[in-house]
Amino acid sequence: MDVTLAREWMRAAAGAIAADADLLTRLDAAIGDGDHGVNLNRGFTAVVAALEKTPPETVADVLIKAGTTLMSRVGGASGPIYGSALRAAGKALPPAAEVQPADLVAALHAGLEAVRKLGGAAPGDKTMVDAYGPAADAFEQAVAGGADLAGAAGAAARAAAAGAEATVPLQARKGRASYLGERSIGHQDPGATSTALIFQALADVS
Amino acid sequence: MKKFINDPADVVAQSLAGLAAAHPELRVDTEEQYIVRADAPRAGKVGLVSGGGSGHEPLHGGFVGPGMLDAAVPGEVFTSPVPDQILAATKAVDGGAGVVHVVKNYTGDVMNFQLAAELAADEGISVETVLVDDDVAVEDSTWTAGRRGTGATLLVEKIAGARAEEGGKLAEVAAIGREVNAASGSFAYALTSGTTPAAGRPGFELPADEIEAGVGIHGEPGRRREKLRPAKELVRSALDAILDAKTFTGPVLLLVNGLGGTPLIELYLIYGEASAYLEERGVAIARQLVGNYVTSLDMAGMSLTLCQATDEMIRLWDAPVRTPGLRWGA
Repeated sequence: MDVTLAREWMRAAAGAIAADADLLTRLDAAIGDGDHGVNLNRGFTAVVAALEKTPPETVADVLIKAGTTLMSRVGGASGPIYGSALRAAGKALPPAAEVQPADLVAALHAGLEAVRKLGGAAPGDKTMVDAYGPAADAFEQAVAGGADLAGAAGAAARAAAAGAEATVPLQARKGRASYLGERSIGHQDPGATSTALIFQALADVS
Repeated sequence: MKKFINDPADVVAQSLAGLAAAHPELRVDTEEQYIVRADAPRAGKVGLVSGGGSGHEPLHGGFVGPGMLDAAVPGEVFTSPVPDQILAATKAVDGGAGVVHVVKNYTGDVMNFQLAAELAADEGISVETVLVDDDVAVEDSTWTAGRRGTGATLLVEKIAGARAEEGGKLAEVAAIGREVNAASGSFAYALTSGTTPAAGRPGFELPADEIEAGVGIHGEPGRRREKLRPAKELVRSALDAILDAKTFTGPVLLLVNGLGGTPLIELYLIYGEASAYLEERGVAIARQLVGNYVTSLDMAGMSLTLCQATDEMIRLWDAPVRTPGLRWGA
């Protein structure tokens, strides 16, 4: 992945979130407060603007800048969570204009670790971890099996989408959906869904 | 959706501008999005900062002023503010004696205030956090997000604000705030959902004869759906839930709070039922407040909050307060 591709990933993620903002909002209205699409759309729009204003020169800086922007523009829980995920991923990368799939494996796991540390969510809590975890694992396995970036990103996107769908029967134990108790069962988690969109964006540009 | 707005994206900023125009005794930073007492920072006084998503007015911006908050930080509707905003407000009220953050227990609020507290510490400002989690409708558990902060937030802000106003030290102001939270319990019913400007449609739909029991203040559905019953029965159920969750022997502070779309005529009816039932249960009411204070946009509904009050809490409750949303003795 070179720095141009990293920027394209963020732009594609912004486009996917804008296109599916209504879906995210609908999912969030069922078990949250119905603003996940609006908030992420505001944040990723700001990310695209920030990356265009002063284009970073390394992949790491693209992710760190995107994370910092989300953290200071989104609010709620998703701002700090997505923000720290991207920042941690960026910090785990070598400071280079181009990074290898093996570098991205480490970066994805560093991002996941940051999410779990900040939100305290475990797999099965009906959160974005349920999409992110399988995606990071699938990416790692694909790279271990000799896949290139496109192959690994495709595997990660499929795993993230499956993980998001698998949140439907779960009862939420973290975040606002947890207040609903058993009534959170039967709905797809909006955070896991937006995570799947971001991994799909990576697959689309790779 | 029918609302008095210009554009859903501008609601918070334009409402803040209106608050600034209506209350010249407050200073509103429209750039960083916070509301602060005009005389802040006051040297040697502990600063009290609260905030959270917008849509709960008068909480928190309406409680900025002498005797209560030094600053409030509103986020987007039902979305916590960002760390930069909270840090800016914290710096604006720091008079060298430290700053107390009053934070309602929601994942986003907790994370953003925590990040801001770390940034403030980097700049040499001591911050103590008082977490409010009074909603007994949610089961308390370390494995979940825990109980929500609702009506007791007002009690914490009033009482800790009075303690800060009379010169209390950082640890003392935080301690009384935590004491009030620990002594409080709340329960809410919704008759209708609220509509966020961004979503443009109600968070949930209810048939004409059904209500949501155990709702929070963000338009999310409650713990369960019930048939509408006479107010007397609903008040008793709500108070039973609170009295079962914590020990209240009286005297108590009783807050009968509207969620934004319930008129005072109903809230006073509810107060009448609540005071009668508490008397029946042998719980004396020391002080009471009735009105729309911790709201959920235009949700029709009400919450009841009890706080087992010490003499010190009652003394601080009675202390003068002068804010747009709460004003007595000053």
